[in-house]
Amino acid sequence: MQAKVKAKGAAQPLVITANRLGDGRVVWLAGASLGAEGQWSERVADAAIFLGDAADAGMAVAAKAEAAQMVVGAYVVEVAATPAGPAPLRSRERFRADGPSILTAAAA
Amino acid sequence: MDIADSFAELAIPQQSTRAGIYHYDAYDRAFLQERIAEFRGQVERRLAGALTEDEFKPLRLMNGLYLQLHAYMLRCAVPYGILSSQQMRQFAHVARTYDRGYGHFTTRQNLQFNWIKLVEAPDALAALAEADLHAIQTSGNCIRNVTTDEYAGAAADESVDPRVYAEILRQWSTLHPEFSFLPRKFKIAITGAAVDRAAIQVHDIGLAVKRDAEGRIGFEVWVGGGLGRVPVIGNKIRDWLGEDDFLAYMEAVLRVYNALGGRENIHKARIKILLRDVGPAKFTEMVEREFSWIPKEKFRIDPEVIAAIRAHFDPPPFAVLPNAAATLAQQVAANAAFAAWVEHNTHPHKQPGYVSAVISLKPIGGVPGDASADQMDAVADLADRYSFDEVRVSHIQNLVLPHVRQDELFEVWQALATLDLATPNIGTVTDIIACPGLDYCSLANARAIPVAQNLSERFRSLERQYDIGQLFLNISGCINACGHHHVAHIGILGVDKKGEEFYQITLGGSATNDAAIGDIVGAALSYDKVVDAVETIIQTYLGLRTSAAEKFIDAYRRVGMAPFKDALYAVA
Amino acid sequence: MPLLESGQPVADRFTAVADDAVLPDAPALIPLARIASVDAGRNAELGVQVTSSTAPEAIAPYLDRVTLVAIEFPKFRDGRGFTIARTLRERYGYTGEIRAVGHLLPDQYSHALRCGFTSAVVPDGADLAPWRAALQVVTLAYQPDVTGSDPLDGLRRHRRYG
Repeated sequence: MQAKVKAKGAAQPLVITANRLGDGRVVWLAGASLGAEGQWSERVADAAIFLGDAADAGMAVAAKAEAAQMVVGAYVVEVAATPAGPAPLRSRERFRADGPSILTAAAA
Repeated sequence: MDIADSFAELAIPQQSTRAGIYHYDAYDRAFLQERIAEFRGQVERRLAGALTEDEFKPLRLMNGLYLQLHAYMLRCAVPYGILSSQQMRQFAHVARTYDRGYGHFTTRQNLQFNWIKLVEAPDALAALAEADLHAIQTSGNCIRNVTTDEYAGAAADESVDPRVYAEILRQWSTLHPEFSFLPRKFKIAITGAAVDRAAIQVHDIGLAVKRDAEGRIGFEVWVGGGLGRVPVIGNKIRDWLGEDDFLAYMEAVLRVYNALGGRENIHKARIKILLRDVGPAKFTEMVEREFSWIPKEKFRIDPEVIAAIRAHFDPPPFAVLPNAAATLAQQVAANAAFAAWVEHNTHPHKQPGYVSAVISLKPIGGVPGDASADQMDAVADLADRYSFDEVRVSHIQNLVLPHVRQDELFEVWQALATLDLATPNIGTVTDIIACPGLDYCSLANARAIPVAQNLSERFRSLERQYDIGQLFLNISGCINACGHHHVAHIGILGVDKKGEEFYQITLGGSATNDAAIGDIVGAALSYDKVVDAVETIIQTYLGLRTSAAEKFIDAYRRVGMAPFKDALYAVA
Repeated sequence: MPLLESGQPVADRFTAVADDAVLPDAPALIPLARIASVDAGRNAELGVQVTSSTAPEAIAPYLDRVTLVAIEFPKFRDGRGFTIARTLRERYGYTGEIRAVGHLLPDQYSHALRCGFTSAVVPDGADLAPWRAALQVVTLAYQPDVTGSDPLDGLRRHRRYG
């Protein structure tokens, strides 16, 4: 498991991700204010950016989404805020956001 | 009413009677149906919130369902790596219906689907059950799919057919009431041949089945081998275990492990750590003491039962043929490409006039072990026509047509070539083992597949591959070592350095009779340096080998690490 | 907390007694460590509770004095209790009650019975339906267990629940 961010720098942009329970697809918490369990998007570009400790509120929303059987395994991801949207810093999260980097046998 | 009767009417197609698989009866099918119903209920309870993820996870893992980076992954069991052609077609069907039209054959001789939905997983399992397939115990802290030699029952160098005992182990370990919540996963491999192609020395239990001077069957028992974070070669704790005591002794080993294996730290929970901590002598003594108390008659398998199981693996109706050496030699002489394939992709058969043919799942630049649904169907057709309806999965992530007539080999090769399945590279530097790595796996630290693809492209010249000679190159995306990097001649391990992919290289490992754990060369390299590093290592080998006959592994054992390390790091 | 036998709730005649409390003249469940100091002349039933790390050898000397062995499951992943129960049955021939206490899932109930448990404590308010269903959903087994049912063909046996 990816370790949660231990020391949240004051200005570190963060997003919250999880897998959808029903089909396992990667989802990103898109709007913490929209409903108790939040809105979850398959596009990292839609992810809501939290600055530092503000992510705690997002994780509280994610916990509710987990309890409601919407998502599973929510955690915080460090990103860079770019004009195209949040860009995960770690390679693992980049592959989660973009999908496998390879051509599959079926697609080849 | 008898439980099996209630399932006897199920419209389950019968398996080919020619394929050397264990043929299910009504009880086996009833068991699978019960198990699917149980899992369906568990999925419903999870979706309804009656099970937490913490509680559900081990239950889904016991049914082979992982949650990976992008979706659920279903690891389907291929018991000891043997499939009927009908089962292969059913895999193709599941690939098309519940996945994205392809699957990945693994080092555990299993098949993984990468894009399964939890809500559809019970249906996918029901579809697998139609062909007597399942995903039971392909994950979780239980006894995993038993593996064996991909040429079992066919190899010329085999003394006892290990499939009989692999099947007995499969039945014995399936939903074992005492050993389903072990400290950690538990892997058993068995071989019956002179050359160990099942890597028995790096398994939790490794078995070599053999005959004594009187012709009785018995087992050499190795315990405590394994890869992962603490790679170690196993210890032989019994040179001879009689067939009568086979299961009782397995119970004794597992009981000692279940009672005393580490449960605090996941990294110290495998049986190899217990064995290391108490010492092989003490461990053996504990097993033997436990064995002495076990009611052996309870676990003794009736000779009639063994005979009945053995009958499932009776040789197919081979034709009485002369060795077709002359015809084959003619075809080989006339066609260099065919000659190369015969040399590299076939294995000697015990039946005169037959041979085992390896289907390479390592096309240049391809994903090691991947097969599309269309390829699976095509392989099934070839198996029907040329190999008594039977296909094998090798732990090197290739497929095998086990029983091909030598005088039909040319046709098989031609058919495989049109499917891009005839790459003549078995045992060469491009026959790479690679785990799914960071492209799919939630445990991975780095990608494995693109590294394999890049290496395959770099060494694409067959002439060069053959000049380099036998070389096992394995890649794992994390320390769990699903890619068996520790036991490769050249092993590559993906590690994470501050969120970026790095790769540690090991040299000198081996998975066979001379099993050895590879040595780390030096500091890990970045993704874009790995292919050049392997090139450097291989150039170094080519420069120092005594002759073209000296294999990489032999040269490494002769000269040691220094020349390779110097070549890799001195310049930088 | 409800006590289940064969999937049905039953009354618990035992009273759990803390380390230092006075033993009642009625069925009492005590920690294993205390049994050595219990008066050998006691007539009322005695049960011992053991942790999952207890070696069966440590329980064995007292098996003729107890009618209940309660085995703790600190978490459901800890499968040592299955080995303890089976060893008490198969090696020591113990025939009294073996009870699972702690974190056991209904999905493990049939495993427990096949290893020699006869009862299980479930949480207050637990839905008993999955516990009952667990006895019916998978009824076939491939390996010998402590229930002693006759083999079908040596490896494969019917399960049978008391």
